[in-house]
Amino acid sequence: MPGEAVAVVGASGSGKSTLLGLLAGLDTASRGSVRLDGVELFALDEDGRAALRKRLVGFVFQSFQLLAPLTALENVMLPLELAEQGDAEVQARAMLERVGLGDRLGHYPKYLSGGEQQRVALARAFVVQPKVLFADEPTGNLDAATGKGIIDLLFALNAEHGTTLVLVTHDEMLAGRCARQIRLAGGRVVDGER
Amino acid sequence: MGRIGIAWRMLARDWRAGELKLLALALVVAVTSVTSVSFFADRVRQALVRDAHQLLGGDLLITADHPLELQFIAEAQRRGLTVALRTRFISMSRYGEAMQLTGVKAVSENYPARGKLRIAPAPNAPDADAGGGPPSGSVWIDERLAAALNARVGMQLELGAAQFDIGAILTLEPDRGVSFFNLAPRLIMNVADVPRTELIQVGSRVRYGLLVAGEREVVEAYKRWAKARIGRGERLEGLDSARPEIRAGLDRAQQFLGLTALLAVILAAVAIGLATRRYTRRHFDNYAVMRCLGASQWQLFWLFAWEFTALGLIASAIGCALGFGTQQLLAGGLTEFVAAELPPPSWVPAAQGVLLAFVLLLGFALPPLMQLKDVSALRVLRRDIGPPRERQLVSYAAGFVALTGLVLWQAGDAMLGGYVLGGFAMAAIAFAVISYGALRLIAGTGALGGIAWRYGLANLRRRASQSTVQILALALGLTAILLLTVTRADLLAAWRAKTPPDAPNRFILNIQPEQREPLARFFRERNLPPVTIYPMIRGRLLAINGVEVSAERYDEERTRRLVEREFNLSYMNELPAHNRIEAGRWFTAADRASGAFSVEQGIAKRLGIEVGDRLTWSVGGRSFTAPATNIRKLDWDSMQVNFFVIATPPLLERYPTSYITSFHLGGSHAADMNELTQAFPNLTVVDMSVILRQALAVIERVVQAVQVVFLFALAAGLLVLYAALMATEDERVREAALLRALGASRSQVTAAQRAEFIAIGLAAGILSAAGAAGIGALLAERVLSLPYWPNPWLWLWGPALGAACVAVNALAGARAALSRPPVTALREAE
Repeated sequence: MPGEAVAVVGASGSGKSTLLGLLAGLDTASRGSVRLDGVELFALDEDGRAALRKRLVGFVFQSFQLLAPLTALENVMLPLELAEQGDAEVQARAMLERVGLGDRLGHYPKYLSGGEQQRVALARAFVVQPKVLFADEPTGNLDAATGKGIIDLLFALNAEHGTTLVLVTHDEMLAGRCARQIRLAGGRVVDGER
Repeated sequence: MGRIGIAWRMLARDWRAGELKLLALALVVAVTSVTSVSFFADRVRQALVRDAHQLLGGDLLITADHPLELQFIAEAQRRGLTVALRTRFISMSRYGEAMQLTGVKAVSENYPARGKLRIAPAPNAPDADAGGGPPSGSVWIDERLAAALNARVGMQLELGAAQFDIGAILTLEPDRGVSFFNLAPRLIMNVADVPRTELIQVGSRVRYGLLVAGEREVVEAYKRWAKARIGRGERLEGLDSARPEIRAGLDRAQQFLGLTALLAVILAAVAIGLATRRYTRRHFDNYAVMRCLGASQWQLFWLFAWEFTALGLIASAIGCALGFGTQQLLAGGLTEFVAAELPPPSWVPAAQGVLLAFVLLLGFALPPLMQLKDVSALRVLRRDIGPPRERQLVSYAAGFVALTGLVLWQAGDAMLGGYVLGGFAMAAIAFAVISYGALRLIAGTGALGGIAWRYGLANLRRRASQSTVQILALALGLTAILLLTVTRADLLAAWRAKTPPDAPNRFILNIQPEQREPLARFFRERNLPPVTIYPMIRGRLLAINGVEVSAERYDEERTRRLVEREFNLSYMNELPAHNRIEAGRWFTAADRASGAFSVEQGIAKRLGIEVGDRLTWSVGGRSFTAPATNIRKLDWDSMQVNFFVIATPPLLERYPTSYITSFHLGGSHAADMNELTQAFPNLTVVDMSVILRQALAVIERVVQAVQVVFLFALAAGLLVLYAALMATEDERVREAALLRALGASRSQVTAAQRAEFIAIGLAAGILSAAGAAGIGALLAERVLSLPYWPNPWLWLWGPALGAACVAVNALAGARAALSRPPVTALREAE
């Protein structure tokens, strides 16, 4: 459902990341189908799926995946620039202010703490107003306190933007904050209760 | 915002992050070296044509056996051309009791229209630019006339009915050229004084000349105008060849320069390939993230294409500007030898520079960049997805082919380009095969030694192909550096040695057969060096293989003039020392019996003569035919007596012959020359010291110019080294951090890397010494025609440099890893 938060949980190697790759159209399956916002993903070619991602999807990764040569501001501008939007800088600034990094605009990732880097990643994900946000172990590289701050911010932004959240985690506490949990084991869904 | 806008931003961001500096630097170095050399070559080529005009005394010469019609002068002046007049005749000059048949040249004050007259205050004194012809009432005489008349500057000389002050000793006339056959001693006077001498009467043998010079288009237009109006007894003369001695120097200079630029380009190509490879590897993740963010492959391809196009444009613009500046520097030293003002360079070299940048980018940056296309977006989620497969060396083949084409076009010398490119390609293949084999071999001995050594060697084995690439790049870079330092110095020394300071500086012409022995005795008695005396006979080439030789058959003006003139033939049994057979064989006993010719390479090419062709000559009114049995290469730098055509003695012995010789006259023997001209008054002694000085100075200046361009190639070589070492730096930092995390001590970490690096450095060093020696020998022997022995120090310098380079790099890499907590280093290197 739009605006819903779903957690995908399971042990290491249970197939969480594979599922996320398939849902986001980063990978293709030999069988079955995935529909994103009503569009059959595997009917599209790779560039078609990329265009769909550009329109609909935001990402947050465990290892942040910020571009090292770009400042915080430029990292947030990047998806807007790739979508060839004119006011990339204004939007990116506003978004960074929102995540509390208004004073860190010109910093490079390597001069930011892990928590700050993940906040930049959140800003980058939400700045394009995605319909779906895929988050892959967003707190996996952070200590507990920082991780909690990031999760609070994630859910706050999610609520503000009405985004559908798909959260991959092995953290049961975190999964518990989502309206629905899908449990994987050995590549299969073992529990999909609401 | 358009794509180009994003591409610009990407360029700026990558630049700021230092990702592109090596690449840009390599491009700038390549473009700078190529454009500076081609700008320079372009100007020298234009200047050589001008230089040839100097030998004519103008851009165009109209001669006639009667005073030229005024319309020729008026029209030239109307078109704004510089006009100078010259009248030549033979007359007796007199000083006291002494009389001498003299070649008189009467000139206007602005003579010559191109080039300079040079004069000295006394024989063998330093000369200077005369700044024009002699003023009215004054004459300038050459050293021979001064000796023959025993006259000095400041005295009065009689010419016909008039008396003149001897104003100076004439040392150089531009339009006298290299033809020695105005045999009489020379006198130059003001044309306004001619009527006073009353020497020109009806029936006098006088040659009138009009010299014009100016803008090329204007001269061409005037030439067309004059050609239509030329009458009987009048002739238009175009350009002649430059002095072969100086031309040879400049030709070799261009070879050296071309060669160096070539080296820089090849090295830059390697550096660009390595730098882009590193750039690509560091952008795998970024690319994957951008794919996640929804960029299509096509969009990203265009972004990178635009980014690199912009980089190419900027780098080539900077390179062209630097190249132009460098060329000014190079040309600055040479202007006094080639022309008063070098013509401005054309835009062709700049276009070549831009083209070169793009060929380098397409050929050597595109293959690694194309790898990005295969990066899986899934990489952002799953670290176990490695980088896409490298397309290896095959993908560079297209780049190499394109580069070859460009280089051959640029060098304008297929042989030079072929040898250098071929040499490097062969070296690269040999280096790759040898180093891969050596790595497998070293890996086999891994059980020996301590843990650090074992770990280091295990690394080599594990990364055999990557280590091969690194050794290959290092060896190529070191080869170039050795070639440019050790080998270059040897080659330049060999070249300098070709025109030694004691090269002949005087030619004696017109030696009669019975004077050979007395002349030799004269030299012996005065402790002058012994001389070789060659016979010289004038002859006209009538036919090649029975087909009549006529000017109309040849397109080139130089060739036309060549066949219209008489050649200087000589005959001898032994090949002169400074000559080399290029095709065919030197005269055999059978040749001597039946008669044969040996032809100089350049002339043979011009006239289309090949070994076996039958040449018909006319000498002294009789004609005879014999085959050319060999083509000879002359050593113009030697300043020895050279002949375009040599015959077997029986063919020419029966004709009246005069003899010629050359020798070096030291400053302390200047007085001997006056004695010589008095003892043998009929001899013509030509002072070549001015030309020799010019030739030597040209070599020196060119050596300086070559040094400048060598710096670029050296810079390119260093870039390759740097790029080769940087190629594995990220990995090294990560490994060192990993070892640290596992509890290895600081010294264990550095020792492990040291073992690996010493092996790589030594291997690359030994290979590069072999490469530099081989390429140097090949160039010296095949291209530059210089004697050369590889410098034994190469074998020490190569391995030492190789080991030192990698050792420094290893230390720097280890320090980068050791200076931070392992976790930070690991995270950054991820």
